[in-house]
Amino acid sequence: MADLSAAFPPHDVRIFVILGAYGAGKTEFSVNLALALAARGRRTALADLDIVNPYFRSREKSALLANKGVRLIAPQGELRDADLPVIPADLRTLLDDTGLTGVIDLGGDPAGARALAAFSGDLLSLHPAVWYVLNRSRFENADARRAIQSLQGIQAVLGLRVTGLVSNTHLLSDTDAALVREGAAFAGEVAVLTGLPVACHAVRDSLAPELADLHPLFPMTLRMNRPWEDNWED
Amino acid sequence: MQKELWKGNEAIAEAAVRAGCRAYFGYPITPQNEIPEYMSHRMPEAGGAFVQAESEIAAINMVYGAAAAGVRAMTSSSSPGISLKQEGISYLIGAQLPAVIVNMMRGGPGLGTIQPGQADYIQATRSPGHGDGHMIVLAPSSIQEAADLMADAFDLADRYRTPVMVLADGMIGQMMEPIEWKQREGKPPAEKPWAVTGREGDGKTHVITSLRLKSDSNEAFVLSLAEKYRQIEAAETRFEEVNCQGADVLIAAFGTTARIALSAARKLEKEGVKAGLFRPVTVWPYPYGALRRLAEQESVKAVLTVEMNLGQMLYDVRLAVMDRKPVYFYGRTGGMVPEPAHIADRVREILAEVKKNG
Repeated sequence: MADLSAAFPPHDVRIFVILGAYGAGKTEFSVNLALALAARGRRTALADLDIVNPYFRSREKSALLANKGVRLIAPQGELRDADLPVIPADLRTLLDDTGLTGVIDLGGDPAGARALAAFSGDLLSLHPAVWYVLNRSRFENADARRAIQSLQGIQAVLGLRVTGLVSNTHLLSDTDAALVREGAAFAGEVAVLTGLPVACHAVRDSLAPELADLHPLFPMTLRMNRPWEDNWED
Repeated sequence: MQKELWKGNEAIAEAAVRAGCRAYFGYPITPQNEIPEYMSHRMPEAGGAFVQAESEIAAINMVYGAAAAGVRAMTSSSSPGISLKQEGISYLIGAQLPAVIVNMMRGGPGLGTIQPGQADYIQATRSPGHGDGHMIVLAPSSIQEAADLMADAFDLADRYRTPVMVLADGMIGQMMEPIEWKQREGKPPAEKPWAVTGREGDGKTHVITSLRLKSDSNEAFVLSLAEKYRQIEAAETRFEEVNCQGADVLIAAFGTTARIALSAARKLEKEGVKAGLFRPVTVWPYPYGALRRLAEQESVKAVLTVEMNLGQMLYDVRLAVMDRKPVYFYGRTGGMVPEPAHIADRVREILAEVKKNG
């Protein structure tokens, strides 16, 4: 039997731009994607371009990322914890260093996508994967019409076309396999209406065995936890 | 009803609209910005008013105006902005106006940090502005509870003609959690015969003011407020207790800190240490009686207060427990969040100390 997991993340993509509505799970997905790329031996950087959220940003995982060999491109020093729209100077490295694989984690909504808009011209020639993370449990994505509206709004501000969907329907700790399947069917519906492929189904690792028929399946170890959760690393 | 994933600030705003709030006035500050952001499109949809005021002070005074006109009105801010609103809160108390104020606390003092904090406890529970006044203060520890308490806040404000504060730390505003929108019993909107809505043939002009120049009548008014506060204390005090019966140690904590404390209690349970969690939901009025009774249990060796400040609810815990049991404190401040492991360490330390002291 062919190892389907080997097909994901795709080998022929150097830059992954991760966007979507608030709460879609972009940061959790971006951190996991960067770790997965690094685990495949690719020299990887994660760019935290979240200019809209003050908490729960991928920069909070700097120790984990460093430990796993992922370079973090994010505001440094005091600016790390600021609520300022800071674009890290070394973002340029991602564009210029052709040996580097990059994951760009954008903040939610069109407002969050604006952070990268100035670079969309440079990015265009690099043929990035631009993935819209879709979580049906959020009101912005509660039906296909709203999801497509949200996707188009972000696309318009960013100046890059979305190239794929990440099916990531979840309710954090209340997620079960049935909900993921509903989300997968929903992503399929949005895929048909937009003509976009489903790049992967992102699921927490504990649910992966029950969902092995969804592919490509991307099992994630949840990293963006709260201090009272079981998997909190203190 | 299917669960949905909501960010705390958005859920608070949506819950307010569902509770009939039709006037929002605010000024941006992290970590509560999603409240005005959400209100800016939701309020017009609901037929209400959204105003981004020129300052926090302007916003609280606009709340005064809307509340005086009988509209369910609210404002929200975070610690430094709430300090600015204190004068207006005192005026709301003095004019007996119902209003809801959300404080999504960050680490202080001054501008401090945008990370979460709980250091406005004393300001909220002891001294909302100047004068002999109080407001009801509700402290949610989850997004579901924050949404539920918003509806309660508007009901309580109308019932007692008082400002009500929802006091949460920044984590409540910024995190996402699955919630369910509950169908609340359809209560008729509170009659507001005192509201300033125009004379409409009613011969008497309604005047809403906190100015009472004759000191004897002002004293009589303050005494009537005190009587109202006694009624609120008797009827509205709320708390949650988890594993407090027969506990070795009680941990008192509010807001998200209570969830971290509970996580520490679970760690301790595995070692055979029974730590109960006492969580006030109303931090004013404080559930003194309930905590006192739990602390009186023979099994309880000590009470530990855990907060995201340097010991503010600690005063209330001491008032409840008095000299019945030793009261200890553990806290992080300035934007830092306590870790479950450190709370568990503190409990072990305390138990060792209590044992040594016999």
